Amino acid sequence: MPGKLKAKIVAGRHLPVMDRASDLTDAFVEVKFGNTTFKTDVFPKSLNPQWNSEWFKFEVDDEDLQDEPLQITVLDHDTYSANDAIGKVYIDIDPLLCTEAASVISGWFPIYDTIHGIRGEINVLVKVELFNDLNRFRQSSCGVKFFCTTSIPRGYRAAMVHGFVEELVVNEDPEYQWIDRIRTPRASNEARQRLISLMSGELQRKIGLKVLEMGGNAVVGYLQCFDLEGESGLVVRAIGTACTLEKHSSGTPASNACNSPSKDGKEPVFGEDLPSSSGPPTPFRNLPTSSSSPPPFSPSKPCSRQSSSSDTDLSLTPKTGMGSGGSAGKEAGPLKTLLRQQTQTALEQREFPFFTLTSFPPGFLVHVGGVVSARSVKLLDRIHNPDEPETRDAWWEEIRQEIKSHAKALGCHAVVGYSENTSICEEVCILSASGTATILNPRVCFFDRFDDPSPPSCGFCHIPYDELNMPFPAQLTYCYNCRRQKVPDVLFTTIDLPAEAAVTGKGCLIQARLCRLKKKAQGEVNATAISNLLPFMEYELHTQLMNKLKLRSMNALFGLHIQISVGENMLLGLASATGVYLTALPAPGGIQIAGKTSGDLNNEQHIQSIQKRINDTIAKNKELYQINPPELTEEGVGSPIPEPRQRSRLFRSHSESSDEVSELDLSHGKKDAFVLEIDDTDAVEDIHSLLIDASPPTGFYTCNTETMPGIYNWTTAVQMFTSVRVLRLSNANLSNQSLNKIFTDLCENLLKSFYFKLRSNIPCCLCHLNFTVAVPEEELIQVRCWRQSLCPFLSGGNETEEQLQFPLELCADSSSTNTQTSSKFSVSSLENCSPLTEGRPRSLRSSRSFGGSSVTMVKMTPLSFLPGTRIIKYLGIINMFFIRETTSLREEGGVSGFLHSFIAEVFAMVRAHVAALGGNAVVSYSMKDCVLMENPNKNQAQCLINVSGDAVICVRETDQEPMTSMTNIGQSCTADGAT
Amino acid sequence: MAVELDVFVGNTTIMDEEVYQLWLDGYTVNDAVKVRMAGGVLDECEANQDVLLSDTMDQYRTFQMCERLLQSPAKLANQLLFQIPPHRQTMLIERYYAFDDSFVREVLGKKLSKGTKKDLDDIGAKTGVTLKSCRRQFDNFKRVFKVVEELKGPLVENIRQHFLLSDKLARDYAAIVFFANNRFETGKKKLQYLTFQDFAFCAGQLINNWTVGAVDNMVEDMDVDLDKEFLQELKELKVLITDKDLLDQHKSLVCTALRGKTKAFTEMEANFKNLSRGLVNIATKLTNTKDVRDFFIDLVEKFIEPCRSDRWTSADVKLYLTHYTNSAHILDSFKHQAVWDRYMGVIKSCIFKMYHD
Repeated sequence: MPGKLKAKIVAGRHLPVMDRASDLTDAFVEVKFGNTTFKTDVFPKSLNPQWNSEWFKFEVDDEDLQDEPLQITVLDHDTYSANDAIGKVYIDIDPLLCTEAASVISGWFPIYDTIHGIRGEINVLVKVELFNDLNRFRQSSCGVKFFCTTSIPRGYRAAMVHGFVEELVVNEDPEYQWIDRIRTPRASNEARQRLISLMSGELQRKIGLKVLEMGGNAVVGYLQCFDLEGESGLVVRAIGTACTLEKHSSGTPASNACNSPSKDGKEPVFGEDLPSSSGPPTPFRNLPTSSSSPPPFSPSKPCSRQSSSSDTDLSLTPKTGMGSGGSAGKEAGPLKTLLRQQTQTALEQREFPFFTLTSFPPGFLVHVGGVVSARSVKLLDRIHNPDEPETRDAWWEEIRQEIKSHAKALGCHAVVGYSENTSICEEVCILSASGTATILNPRVCFFDRFDDPSPPSCGFCHIPYDELNMPFPAQLTYCYNCRRQKVPDVLFTTIDLPAEAAVTGKGCLIQARLCRLKKKAQGEVNATAISNLLPFMEYELHTQLMNKLKLRSMNALFGLHIQISVGENMLLGLASATGVYLTALPAPGGIQIAGKTSGDLNNEQHIQSIQKRINDTIAKNKELYQINPPELTEEGVGSPIPEPRQRSRLFRSHSESSDEVSELDLSHGKKDAFVLEIDDTDAVEDIHSLLIDASPPTGFYTCNTETMPGIYNWTTAVQMFTSVRVLRLSNANLSNQSLNKIFTDLCENLLKSFYFKLRSNIPCCLCHLNFTVAVPEEELIQVRCWRQSLCPFLSGGNETEEQLQFPLELCADSSSTNTQTSSKFSVSSLENCSPLTEGRPRSLRSSRSFGGSSVTMVKMTPLSFLPGTRIIKYLGIINMFFIRETTSLREEGGVSGFLHSFIAEVFAMVRAHVAALGGNAVVSYSMKDCVLMENPNKNQAQCLINVSGDAVICVRETDQEPMTSMTNIGQSCTADGAT
Repeated sequence: MAVELDVFVGNTTIMDEEVYQLWLDGYTVNDAVKVRMAGGVLDECEANQDVLLSDTMDQYRTFQMCERLLQSPAKLANQLLFQIPPHRQTMLIERYYAFDDSFVREVLGKKLSKGTKKDLDDIGAKTGVTLKSCRRQFDNFKRVFKVVEELKGPLVENIRQHFLLSDKLARDYAAIVFFANNRFETGKKKLQYLTFQDFAFCAGQLINNWTVGAVDNMVEDMDVDLDKEFLQELKELKVLITDKDLLDQHKSLVCTALRGKTKAFTEMEANFKNLSRGLVNIATKLTNTKDVRDFFIDLVEKFIEPCRSDRWTSADVKLYLTHYTNSAHILDSFKHQAVWDRYMGVIKSCIFKMYHD
C-alpha cells in the first residue's frame, strides 16, 4: 500500500450553458482513480462554480499510480433525467512519483469533450504521498525518470549508459469491439482514450522496471508510438536508452563513473587507430550479400536475412502454409522463446547495442559507419491474447537483429540515433527501423553540454571498416583534416551533427520524395507487391538524396529520416535530412549528364543546356551556403573500385533477388563526376525534378536537425507550429511521374508557405522540420470509384531567429515569458532555503493560479533546449493522447476548421498540464500521430492526436549575464548571415 | 487535385495585423487575397497566389475561432485555447471594437433593435462599409449597451473595464450608448454636417453635467439617463424671457459688454431676444422626451443657423455666449444661478463644438 493520492477540486470557469431555460449550469465533479470515485457537491446555477472541495484521498498501489490517470469528470446535475457530462480531464500523475520532478499539480485545465472540444476550465490540486517500498519483487518502477530528449538532459550527467530498452503492450481496440455498435461515439472515444492512457502508463512502468533491473535510474530518448492496427488491435510500443543520471550539481567527479562498470566494460574497447582489429569478429565474406549494406544507406529487406532467395516468401509463409490466424506467431515461435529468455538476462544490452540518442559528448563517437535500416512487410492478425504480445515482439526482434548485422557488416559494434516506426494500411504493415552504425568509446563519460566544447576533430568521419575488406564499393580518400586515416566520399547518418565536427559553410534541408503506384490487392498478394516495390523505392530515394546533395556541393547528411508509408494503391517515400559540407571529407564531384543516344544533334544541345543549368545551380548553391573549402592538392586517393565491376554487380543483383538492388546505389565510383544518363523521358523528368527544388529565400535557413550547421547564435524568440495538408487526387489514372510531381509540389508549397508566413521574422531558421506523410485510404462511392488522399503533414517545425532584429511582437512575447520565469525562479530558489525539500510554497502557487487573469506563457519546441535559456528543472514527461470527433463537420468549417481547432485545443491542453506542473516550456516536443478520418457525406470526421515532450522550467541565460553580450551575439550573427 | 485540408497552427497564435483588418472590414477570403496581392506582399517574398490563399484562409479561421472570445474580452485574457501575448490581445480587442465613423454616424441615436439591424444593408450601401463589418459594429454597440445597462457606476469606466478598451474608445462607446438610450435625433438633413466626433464630444458634456451621475455616482443608469430633477428645474429659467424687464436688462448688460469688441455687434444686438428665447425655450421643454430627442436639431435651428446667416465667426459665438451666460449672474431678480450655470456650461461647449461648416 505504498501511495496516497490526494485531489482537490477548487473551481471552474467559462462552463458551457447546460440549462437552456436559465442559461446557467448546475455543475458537479466526479473524481475517479482506479475503481474509486468521489463526488463534489452540486454548485447550482453558475458558469463559474466554486466547489472548494475537501481533499479526496485515494490509497493505492504504486503500480496503479503509474498505470492509471486521474480522471476528472464535470457534469451538469439534472433532477429529472440523467446527468449530462460536460467534459473530462485526464491527469497523468507520473511526474509526481519522481522526487526530482514536480511535487504538486495545480492549475487550470481545459475541460475536454471528444465531441465538443474544450468546454470551460477547471482548477485542480493534486498531490501524492509515496511510502518507500523495499519489496524486491515489486511491479512498479516509481522514480525512474523519463525524457523524450535524445541527448543527455541539460543539468544532468550520465554516470553510466546501460543501453537499449524496449517494451510493447497490445490490446483490443475499443473502437472495433462489438459493444461499439451500441454505445455512443463519446463513450467509445473515451474508452479508447482511457485505454491508451492506461497502456502507455503500463508501458512506461514496464520499461522502468527493466531500467531498474539494469541498475539505471532514467530513460533518455524515450520514444513511444501507437500502432492502430484496426481490427487486429492496438499496439503501444516504446524504445529508449537506459542511463544512470546524476544531477550535474551533485559534485561527484566523473572519474569513478568513467571506469565503466561491468556491462560497459565488456564491450570491446577500441583504440583510435585500430578500428576493426579488436572489433566484433565480423566475417564479412561469410555474411550473405544482402546484409552487407553500403555505408550511407542500407537496403531494406522485407524480411529477415535468412531468406536469401526470396524474402517475400518468409513473411508470407505462415499464411500460405497454415492459412490465416496466429500462424505468424507459430512460425516465429522458437525464435521468440529464445529472445524471451534473452530479455530476462542482462545480456540484452549486448544483444542490441542500440542508442536512441542523437547527440553525444565529444569523443564518444569514435567512428561513424553510416545509416543502417531494415524494413519488413507483415500481415496483421487479430491479437488473440493481449497478455502475450510475442508476435509483435518477435517481428521487432527480427528487425533489430537485422540492423545489428548490418552494423556489424560496417565494422561497427553499436547503432546510435536508432528509431522505429510503422505504416499500416488495412491488414498490411510495414515495420521500419533505422540508425547509424558507429564505433563508440565507452570510456568517454556522458557529460551534459555545459562542458567546454572540445576542439574540432575528424575522428568520427574515419571509416570503421577494413579498407581491404570493404563491405561495399566506396571511394576512400585520406582525411582532409588529419591526412592519416581514410574517409569515405559521402557520409549519411541519422544523428545530429556532432559538436566536434568541422563544417564548411552552412547546412540545408535536403528532401527526396517519391510516389510509387501499386495495384490494389488484398492480403498476401498485396504484401508481396509492397515488398517487391520497397527496394526500388529505397534505391530511388537514395539516388535523389545523393543527387541533391551533390547539387548543393555537400558531402554529408545528418538527421536522415526515411519514411515509407503505404496506401491502398500507392507507396509514398519521403526522406529528409540536413546536408552539410564536412571539412574532413573530400569535395563532392559535380554531376555530369550523359546521353545514351548520341548522334542526334538536338539531343546533344539539349544535354548541354541541362548540363549548364546543373553547373550553374551548383555554383549558385556554393555561394548560397558559403561552401568554400580550402583548396587542397589531392594526394591520397584510396582504392576506387573499377567501373566494370560495379556494372557487373549491378546486373547480377538485378538477376538475383530484388532486395539487392539498392546495394548498387552506392556505386558512384567515379571520383569527380556523378553521371546521370539521359536515355529516356524518365531521366529527363528526374533531372527536372532535381532542379525544381527551390532554395529557401534569402534570410531563411532550414534543417531537420536540432541546430543549424554553420549558425551558432540564437535569439530567444521561438515559435513552434504544426501544419497539416491533405491533397485529394482527382484523377484515378495517374502515372508515377505525375504523382511524383504532385507530391514534390505539395512538399515544396508547404515550405513556401512557411517562408511566407514567417517573412517578417527574417533572418530566421526553421529547425527540426519534421515531415510525416500518410496515405489515408478512402472509399467514396460504392461504385468502385476509389480516390486517394495524399496527406503529408509536418509536425513540430520550429522557427527561430538568430538576430535581435525581429519583430516586436515576438520579442515582447519572449520577454513576457521571461518575467514569468524569473519570478518563478526566485520562488523556487526561495524554496531551497526552506526546510521543505520539495515543492513551491503552496500559497504562492495557488494564489498564482487563482489570480485568474494571468495565464502562464508556455513555450513549446521540438528542440531539446530553448535558445537563449537555461533549463533549471525537468518536471516530467508529457505524453498525451486525444480523440476528437464531430458530427457537424460543415458547421465547424469543414475538415480544415475541425482540425485547426483540434490542434489548437491539443496545444492548449499540453500548455495547461505543463503550467500545472509549474513549468514554462516543453522541449523535445513532438506530434507522433495525427490520424484523420473523414466522411463529408455524413458530415462526420474523427481525428486522433498523440503528443509528447518534456515539461521543464527554464530561465533566460541573460538573467545572470549582462544584456550587452546578448546584443553582441546578435550583431556578430548579422554579420555572419548578411553575406 | 484539390487541396482537401490545409491548416497551420502555431503554439503562440500567429496573426497578421493586415489580414486581421481585412477580416474586420468584412472582405471575403478571395477579396482579401486580391487586396494583399495588390499591396505587394508577394514581391517581398518568393511566393505565389496559392500560398497567399492558404495563409489568408488560415488567418481567417483563427479569427473566426477567436471571435467568440473577442465578444467578451475579459475571457480572452484567461482562456487557454489561444496563447496570445497580452499586448497582442489588446490590439485584437481594440481593433475588434473599432468602428467606422461614417457607419456609426448613421446609427447614432437609433434604437439598437432588430429593426435597425434590418436596415444595415442600406446603411452599408450608403457608407461603403461591407454588410459583414456593419453587422459586427452594430452587434458591438448592442453588446456594450446591454452589458452597461445593468451596471452601476460611471459609464466610461464600466465600458473600459468590461471590454478592456482604451480610454478614447470607451468614451466613444459611452457616447453611442448615451445617444441610443436617449434616442437623440441625428439623422435630419440639417444635422448632416456634424461628425460623430462632434456628437461624441457633446455626449461627453451631457453625461458629465446633466445626468444623475453628475450629482450622485452610485445609482443605476446614472450616466445614461438625464437628471429628471434638473430638467424640472430648467423650467424656472423661463423667467428670463417671460419677464420683459429681465429680458431687457439682460440684453443691455450683454450689449454693453460686447460693444466694440466684435464686427457682428449690430446683428447680435438685433437678434438677442430671438436667440435668448431660443436657448431658454430649449431648456424649458427638456422635460418632454420628444424634445430631448430634438435637442441637437433645436440647437442648430434656434441658435446656430441664425448666427451663421449673420456670418458670426466662432470667436463671435464664443464671446457672445460667454457674456450671455455671465451677465445673467448680475441680474438681481434672477434666482436660479446654479441651474443656469449647469445648463449653459453644456450648451456653450456643445455650440462651440457644433459651430463649424
